Amino acid sequence: MIIKCPYCGPRDVIEFTYQGDATRQRPDPASSDQIAWNAYVYDRANPMGSHREFWLHSGGCRQHLIVTRDMATHVISSVGFARDTTGTAKSGDRP
Amino acid sequence: MAEPQSALGHAFVPGDHGNAAGGIGITLHERAALSIVQVTAWRETIPAVVTAISNVTGLNVPDKPGAGRSAGEKSVFGFAPGRYFVVAQASDLEERLRSAVHLEAGTVINLTHGRTAIRVKGPWSEWVLSKLFAIDFSEHAFPVGFGRATLHHDIHTNIQRIDEETFDLYVFRTFARSFWLTLGHAAAEVGYRVE
Repeated sequence: MIIKCPYCGPRDVIEFTYQGDATRQRPDPASSDQIAWNAYVYDRANPMGSHREFWLHSGGCRQHLIVTRDMATHVISSVGFARDTTGTAKSGDRP
Repeated sequence: MAEPQSALGHAFVPGDHGNAAGGIGITLHERAALSIVQVTAWRETIPAVVTAISNVTGLNVPDKPGAGRSAGEKSVFGFAPGRYFVVAQASDLEERLRSAVHLEAGTVINLTHGRTAIRVKGPWSEWVLSKLFAIDFSEHAFPVGFGRATLHHDIHTNIQRIDEETFDLYVFRTFARSFWLTLGHAAAEVGYRVE
């Protein structure tokens, strides 16, 4: 599988580390809803088809990416920096 | 200051090796007495840092992914968003970069004692390096001056193309000796000279 890193260009999957499902929504940190937290930590949909996921380009520019990949065919329809996604922290921003 | 020692040790054997009778396919050379510094810009200060690096090195670095320049013993290239390798044969390189890149603009890390710089030169350099790294070494995909961050056997390496048939490799010092031997094995087929 080839992932086209927005900075490095097309690279073999051996350079990347899978970082998990990018569709999860963290419950309100103040919430004590155990069912919601259990679902956030453990439940995965595992769809056959398009899936948004985090990948780390650990063997290249070391940026976190959001990859949309077809779970059945491995065809990748989009790749972008995770930091550019609304609602996520921007790596490289000053603390 | 401690005297820098080569990490290659007994593995560094000058002369011709491998199938040298058929010609010298590549030449291997350890670039010594270098300062190797990483400069990282904050997200909004990339243009300012690129300008600062250009002012310190005299190399005009384009602000686009992987772009770089080299002239003589000086090199600059980007290998990640806002991150640059700066190399020169000047012991005050870190100091000059620190003066030019204040904390408001970015950070400066001296990697001199953590990396070994190996120059691979010759008509078979693309062929030999393609055995180790899963990237496209052809000139249209990897232009002169540009840099790449990639892996060989899960070990990180930074590579810059110096000219049509010359590449500089920056490998972790602690892995440099085994990498040098691996590089020799890969080059044996085409014959190689160690200088």
